[in-house]
Amino acid sequence: MSADSGTAPVLELRDVTKNFGPVAALRSGRLEVEAGSIHAFLGENGAGKSTLVKVVAGVHRRDSGVFRFQGNDVDFSSTAESKDAGIAVIYQEPTLFPHLSVMENIFMGRQPTKSGRRIDYARMYAEAQALFTRLGVAIDPRRTADGLSIADQQVIEIAKAMSLDATLLVMDEPTAALSGVEVERLFTIARALRDEGRALVFISHRIDEVFDLCDTVTVMRDGEYVDTRQIAEVTPDQVVALMVGREVSDLFPKTETEAGDVVLEVEGLSSLGTFHDVSFSVRAGEIVGLAGLVGAGRSEIARAVFGIDGYDAGSVRLSGKRIPPRRPTASIRAGMALVPEDRRQQGLVIDQSVARNIAALIRTRLTRLGLITSRAENKAVAPWAAKLEVKTNALDMDASTMSGGNQQKVAIAKWLSTEPRLLIIDEPTRGIDVGTKSEVHRLLSDLAAQGMAVLMISSELPEVLGMADRVVVVCEGRVTAEFDRSEATPETVMHAATHVGGHEAGATLAEGVEEVTA
Amino acid sequence: MSDTLVRPSAEAADKSRAARLLGQALRSREIAVFAVLVLLLVVATIANPRFLVGSDGWRDLLVTPSILLLLAVGQTAVIITRNVDLSVGSTVGLTAYAVGKIFVEFPGIPVVVVFVIGALIGAVLGLINGALVAFGRVPALVVTLGTMYIYRGVFLEWAGSDRINAGDLPGRFLSLGTKQVLTIPVLTIIALVVLAVVGFYLRSMRSGREFYAIGSDPAAARLYGLPVTRRVLGAFILCGALAGLAGVFYAARYGTVSSGAGRNLELESVAAAVIGGVAIFGGTGTVWGAGIGAFLLVTIDRVLPLLGISDFWQRAVVGALIIAAVALDRVLSLRRERQLKQARDEARNAS
Repeated sequence: MSADSGTAPVLELRDVTKNFGPVAALRSGRLEVEAGSIHAFLGENGAGKSTLVKVVAGVHRRDSGVFRFQGNDVDFSSTAESKDAGIAVIYQEPTLFPHLSVMENIFMGRQPTKSGRRIDYARMYAEAQALFTRLGVAIDPRRTADGLSIADQQVIEIAKAMSLDATLLVMDEPTAALSGVEVERLFTIARALRDEGRALVFISHRIDEVFDLCDTVTVMRDGEYVDTRQIAEVTPDQVVALMVGREVSDLFPKTETEAGDVVLEVEGLSSLGTFHDVSFSVRAGEIVGLAGLVGAGRSEIARAVFGIDGYDAGSVRLSGKRIPPRRPTASIRAGMALVPEDRRQQGLVIDQSVARNIAALIRTRLTRLGLITSRAENKAVAPWAAKLEVKTNALDMDASTMSGGNQQKVAIAKWLSTEPRLLIIDEPTRGIDVGTKSEVHRLLSDLAAQGMAVLMISSELPEVLGMADRVVVVCEGRVTAEFDRSEATPETVMHAATHVGGHEAGATLAEGVEEVTA
Repeated sequence: MSDTLVRPSAEAADKSRAARLLGQALRSREIAVFAVLVLLLVVATIANPRFLVGSDGWRDLLVTPSILLLLAVGQTAVIITRNVDLSVGSTVGLTAYAVGKIFVEFPGIPVVVVFVIGALIGAVLGLINGALVAFGRVPALVVTLGTMYIYRGVFLEWAGSDRINAGDLPGRFLSLGTKQVLTIPVLTIIALVVLAVVGFYLRSMRSGREFYAIGSDPAAARLYGLPVTRRVLGAFILCGALAGLAGVFYAARYGTVSSGAGRNLELESVAAAVIGGVAIFGGTGTVWGAGIGAFLLVTIDRVLPLLGISDFWQRAVVGALIIAAVALDRVLSLRRERQLKQARDEARNAS
């Protein structure tokens, strides 16, 4: 409609590519945003949205492609440059300075000054108050940012962006941690900014929000541009179809399995400030998906179950036996395995050889006179590497030189070598290209078929829906719903993941399920 | 209903300004350390009245910490950015020797010029540290541990078995070490002015606040677009320049400069900062706290012998003080974290 007025768009990106080592994060990114418009930017996790946003913000430099801002070719090499040009970005994860006051976080580098370039703290306080009044929130501008809830942190990010008076405002999932009232406030502000003639880019996984707020939508998939439409001309179903672009079942080779005895039993697990009264179980041969928004407390629950972090109340049982808290070695001995989300930092010793990584947990078994030889390692490890089809020329190659998918396989092989009964796997396919993704999925499916209990944490809804026999949904540290494979749809899971108080459809369904499974 | 909800909080904000400042003061580390210092002085004066009341006692009390004070101020600026400078002791020695050499070569040179030269030498040494840390992306601990030995080595190579004696230095320079204005030693006045200027800069200038932001979360600072490299470089140059100035002080105060000059001062400056509430991981603390910490450290060194405590225990007391300071920080932050979490849970349950 107004988009075709012929004026140059505020932001123009065409054929933008960006590779991180062997992983192509962006193949052909494209985004054109008009002034006075709120532009939805959609795609599944890993579609390349965040990478494109970071190119706009000056965090990453594109490898190739066109990047114009207000009609001029630009190439930001730092976030300071993009900020000076008039671009404000709210990142997915808040980036605050924990030791500093809230108001300093908002105005850092741009604090109001009085004579002699001294910072005018009184005025900074007043201006921060004014911003919060406009946002309709009550946060003390003088308190430190340390200890703020995710929602409050997000509000501060928004206040920061507002105070920048930017021409283009990019919001990468700003509503992920906000409640209904807060979201409505944010939308009011976004519309006000649009009416001032600013351009906004809005990234969200909540399709209803997109249709509520935005006028145009651009969809990306697997690092490539798919389409741009006027919101008025499409339906939510059409948009979802553009995003997914394939049948969910195609990609997820889930074999049907018969669930056996209960392996993991978590009851009333609570940890102050992180999660509350979490109960669920995983049976042999079953893949249970732990779904929820980023920051909902899923990884924290997994860490507590495994014994890395402590908890205040509740119990964890493995095959009926109580697992002591805060003792990962006891958990490993009892038959638990945890493949963490962050491979490079936590999953692997990245500068060590593949063999050494896989043998890390069984190394005491390989010693002779207290010494380990590389030969013993290679011999013990070879079958596992072969089983998982780890693509590596030699087992003594450094793990850091491998692709993300193969690193993940090494991390999994390491744990399989301990022959666990329960495999907890956090974001199994994050940062892995599509081909290797399905290999990891097939592997998980096979393991379950062989009788292993698998607890899978994932932010990718299709992955959860495609792989899990049962879905446990967490929202703000509480289990809000539990679905059987047949009941779990994008709508039901998303609803449960975003509603903690309401307990509408999700809760009734969950109770029904419990009765059935009990 | 919303009226009644809003009004009390606004009222509370108004009437509690005094209470807020009082609360801040009670919780402030600076005042706690200052209280310990005062207590120490009271005890020392009771044990030996000459300690404070005698004219030499008063002068020594103020002038002795001035060197460490300068170092603690510079060290604080560096630590706040989540770095550390272990080379300052060597910088002190090297500059002190250079100052002596300058007076030997140019006996008529004005004292002010010597102060400037000393600070410049230190600044160049600090620049080397900063460049290695900021551009080489090497941890400051390693870089400055290296330069600590290098600067000391340069000093030893240059001086050999030579040393600067009081006879090499002009009387107008040496008199600075004892000169007083309104009973306050000149060196102390200079050190306090430096403290005040740096304190003002870190509190009230935009670029000064960026030091804190960088130390609080370096990754966020880069994402935010702060000039991280430039600020880190600036912190090291400032620290080096103050160490150079401290070298000039050293020469004026002691009159002799031998190869051991300034040894251990680097650790004492870190200790002063930590005792004064500067977190070793950056982001918090003030030069005022570090300054009081420096006073406390030096005064302890002088008071404990008065009280008849042996040399060994003197060191142990300083060590205990550092550990107590760090433990206190940890306990307080854990308690605060727990309170915040509880408040958050309650707020969530209420909504």
